[in-house]
Amino acid sequence: MSPPPKPPVRTGWSIGIVTPRIGLNIAVIAALAIVPAYAALTGNAFTLTLFTRVVILAIAALSLNLIMGFGGMVSFGHAAYLGIGGYAVGILAKEGIGSGFVQWPIAVGAAALYALVVGALSLRTRGVYFIMITLAFAQMVYYVAIGLDRYGGDDGLTIYHRSEFGGLVDLSNRTVFYYLCFGLLLIAIYLVWRVVNSRFGMVIQGARSNERRMRAIGFPTFRYRLVCFVIAGAMCGLAGALLANHTSFISPAMMHWTRSGDLIVMVVLGGMQAMFGPLVGALTLLVLEEGLSRLTEYSNLILGPLLLVVAISIHDGIDGLITGRRGG
Amino acid sequence: MAEALLEIDGLTKRFGGVVAADAISLMLPAGELHAIIGPNGAGKSTLIAQLTGEVTPDSGRIRFDGQEITNVPVYRRSQLGLARSFQVTTLFPDFTALVNVALSVQAHSGHSFRFWRNARNEIALREPARAALARVGLADRAATLVADLSHGERRQLEIAMALAGRPRMLLLDEPMAGMGPEESIRLVELLRALKGDITVMLIEHDIDAVFALADRISVLVYGRIIATGGLAAIRSNPAVREAYLGEGAANG
Repeated sequence: MSPPPKPPVRTGWSIGIVTPRIGLNIAVIAALAIVPAYAALTGNAFTLTLFTRVVILAIAALSLNLIMGFGGMVSFGHAAYLGIGGYAVGILAKEGIGSGFVQWPIAVGAAALYALVVGALSLRTRGVYFIMITLAFAQMVYYVAIGLDRYGGDDGLTIYHRSEFGGLVDLSNRTVFYYLCFGLLLIAIYLVWRVVNSRFGMVIQGARSNERRMRAIGFPTFRYRLVCFVIAGAMCGLAGALLANHTSFISPAMMHWTRSGDLIVMVVLGGMQAMFGPLVGALTLLVLEEGLSRLTEYSNLILGPLLLVVAISIHDGIDGLITGRRGG
Repeated sequence: MAEALLEIDGLTKRFGGVVAADAISLMLPAGELHAIIGPNGAGKSTLIAQLTGEVTPDSGRIRFDGQEITNVPVYRRSQLGLARSFQVTTLFPDFTALVNVALSVQAHSGHSFRFWRNARNEIALREPARAALARVGLADRAATLVADLSHGERRQLEIAMALAGRPRMLLLDEPMAGMGPEESIRLVELLRALKGDITVMLIEHDIDAVFALADRISVLVYGRIIATGGLAAIRSNPAVREAYLGEGAANG
């Protein structure tokens, strides 16, 4: 018989069984859970608006981490899914279909379908070509949205009623909406965790690590990567539907290429392949952005170099920093 | 004569003006350990690449187990039982040795559109993976990251991964390359133990290992097989001596 496996060596530190990573995750979850109470106590409604945005974009970044962090597919057009999900809600609302039971599945389905088309074409390429194709597709969707005169074109479209769920949940109540988004984020994190550690997830991670080898040992990698791409697209489409409800407004700016860049920054900042990394990254980036913009109008002059330092000095983002894991 | 497991018929591949495979024909009966030797640039790796499906031949046919596989994709050939090890070790560096082999087991146990159950502690994947690791002498290195394994251990892991898929045939591309003498001896022992169970095509520069293991040897020079036969016939073949053994012995 073979001896029992030794536990993998960790280079980080811990207090009892609470590793720094678990500690940070618990702190973030706890903090997010009491945001509405804090906002009510201080009478600062903007806090709730900001953190709703954090939670929604964290779902988008989470979906990007699934393909980029775990799958090695660096999509530079991820904001397109936000836009497609958002426009699905906005267009249906404008056409008099206000039910969330219709809007949300269509938002998710449309984003998934788009991901299927983009993935089928882009996943045959590698590296910088993959990045360029995903960007090109996103730009195409962006300009299509500008051309939609009936739905506001360049100016965008106001959504007068948030998605209706037949009295089940009232999205116009900001606190309820916040907790709905927060709950969906937690569910999404759990789902990604399950998927990443499943057989399917092992194929995805193996293909990131060495795709040629994966084919040599018998995996038709393309179809697994494509399905992963579609799952991520669908999840981000849901985030888009949430975002449209949050701002009660859609416009092509939702899917501007800089937004795709922001999502990549969130994932890298929080730590690729860290389950809570995208949430930590979204939280850090958006709160920093907000805080710095209050101090100075040149906030980007500070934020830019700061991100540069993070990208150069800590490879695994904030997660790498607290776990002591060195990236490569 | 035993039934042929692998039949290569008139395989030809040109890269520009270079003929990397020139009408190669070979028959490997089931259970044979067949070595391919030849000087650098003779087209050994191109031959392997055509057998695994990474390179498409210009003409010629490959049959495996009675089935034409000339245009079958790489992953499908692996699923049919044609496993390979790479000349340059290409493993999954950020996974442990056990996970590397478990992936190979997984590749041969149905589709992987299974999204829920944790694969990292699935007995059906781990146990065969452990067995394959034990077979190559890596049982106590199961939890080690590939990045932390020695060169020789990685080569052993290559073999374990190939074995984990329960292949009918192994294509071994210079498995001894860069191994220390002790590790080489262990690998020769392992291959000897596999002989008869699994058909092996062995490409190897280590002539001692080849003569210790092979049932038959083919000599590949400039894309052509200039001789095929048993050990004694190859040793005494004048064309082989001239083209390869005479000068090749000095070059290693």
